[in-house]
Amino acid sequence: MNINIDNLTKSYENNKVLNDININLKNITSLAIIGPSGGGKSTLLRILAGLEKPDKGNIKINDWNILFNEKYLKTYRKNIGMLFQAYNLFPHISAIRNITLPLEEVHKINKKEAFKKAQSLLERFQLSKHSNKRPDKLSGGQKQRVAIARALALNSEFLLFDEPTSALDPELTMEVLDMINNLRKENKDLILVTHEMGFARKACEYTIFISEGKIIEHGESERIFTSPKSKELKRFLGKLFQWH
Amino acid sequence: MEIEESINKTNNKEGLFKRLFISDSENISTKKRLFNGLLIFLLLVFVFIFSIEKIGYDMRWGAVFKYKHKFILGFKMTFLLSFFSLFTSLIIGSFFTVASRSKFLPLYYLYRFYVAMIRGTPFLVQIYVFFYVIGTAFNLTNRYIMGIIILSLFSGAYVTEIIRSGIEGISKSQLETSDSLGFNTYQKYRYIIIPQVIKKITPPLAGQFLSLVKDSSLLSVIAVNELTKNIQEADSLNFASIENYLLLAGLYMIITIPLSYLSKLLERKFSYEY
Ligand SMILES: Nc1ncnc2c1ncn2[C@@H]1O[C@H](COP(=O)(O)OP(=O)(O)OP(=O)(O)O)[C@@H](O)[C@H]1O
Ligand SMILES: [Mg+2]
Repeated sequence: MNINIDNLTKSYENNKVLNDININLKNITSLAIIGPSGGGKSTLLRILAGLEKPDKGNIKINDWNILFNEKYLKTYRKNIGMLFQAYNLFPHISAIRNITLPLEEVHKINKKEAFKKAQSLLERFQLSKHSNKRPDKLSGGQKQRVAIARALALNSEFLLFDEPTSALDPELTMEVLDMINNLRKENKDLILVTHEMGFARKACEYTIFISEGKIIEHGESERIFTSPKSKELKRFLGKLFQWH
Repeated sequence: MEIEESINKTNNKEGLFKRLFISDSENISTKKRLFNGLLIFLLLVFVFIFSIEKIGYDMRWGAVFKYKHKFILGFKMTFLLSFFSLFTSLIIGSFFTVASRSKFLPLYYLYRFYVAMIRGTPFLVQIYVFFYVIGTAFNLTNRYIMGIIILSLFSGAYVTEIIRSGIEGISKSQLETSDSLGFNTYQKYRYIIIPQVIKKITPPLAGQFLSLVKDSSLLSVIAVNELTKNIQEADSLNFASIENYLLLAGLYMIITIPLSYLSKLLERKFSYEY
């Protein structure tokens, strides 16, 4: 995946949340975004997902030169997969229907095929026995895994995940991270905002560190975690590992 | 020893009291329900009969029976008025819900004024204004059609607020998820919002329709020939006021009790599903 961001700025009522973001990355398959709370990670990801309009700046991902008008964004969103912290599934329909509904309605795949596709994905991730359950009957980890299966079923060009495990306890976190790691193996490009530093380091090839609306440092994940250069990143990692 | 015994006694007394009157579990036995229900019912009947006796009123049900055709006619009319107004108010409510969410500002303000005016003024005033001012000006003189329109417009404001709050109860994250999946506005409403809203608003809507049935009685002031008006007429002929109005109450309850039972049923059905 190629990502090119120029002069990206976003404010909420005089509060500059993203302040002149610039980055140019080529042939990245997995990108982690890390940084302190309130630094602007989610905002950046939501802009990349076409859910939020920037004040100014250009974004190019692969062949998508993102225009922030509704018509363009509708097409764009159809082709990418976004996963939020929680509540990704619709509560009134079963797990499998959560997958088949967008397949049938948005991607115009016929019922039978959509069902087969959903079923085989659920099977692959050991979720088939939950396929007819409503989301409120699933654990947090199962919900997130169904949502990831949906993103796969939709054949998204790349995936944007915003802290998909932060609402889960450690055990469930592991099962979701395992699944995300699986995606990586089949070269599904991924941008992941995460507080799981171990996962960012081992499973993502590249890491961006964002603080106070700016990219302070970025580089190969191994390098970012073993020899941080900026004092902000050093302090951030130091704080995190203080309890490890 | 003595003390123990007296404690036991009070315990037994309490036991009996508890067995008879206190709701102890999710499933109260039918006997217990019947017993307590009947108890209160009889108590109310007793208070009523006692009061009638005290004022020395002489019930003359025969005088009421003489006008039974009026009661039947009025009952039918009230039933029909309520039935049509129910549908019309749903349509009006849906329209103004759309208006309330519209980005087109004139439509949005139409919604604001409509709800503020209807909810902020007495129904009686609305009936007079609509019928004698607007109805006369635009030559809409059919009392029945005007009655349905007026009642629907009145009830529609409440229906609007019920539907609107049902939609607003759908979390922002769901709407965002449907955006990110590429649903268009139609699909979002058709598959995500409306199915959930219907579940959520059925109980309060049933309550609103209950009010609608009762509110239809005010249409008697513009001489719509519904139940209350018929009974007022019968009353001016037979002078059996208490009997007339007792029967009137009973007839309204024939419509409202099944409605309220239905609303309880729906409420229970939908609350289990979540
Ligand atoms: N819709 C909004 N309206 C106003 N301010 C917002 C909005 N969304 C985010 N912000 C503000 O923007 C800043 C960055 O928020 P953002 O959610 O991007 O941070 P984050 O890096 O994802 O933090 P966290 O790690 O806690 O999720 C915060 O100060 C937040 O209060
Ligand atoms: Mg965030």
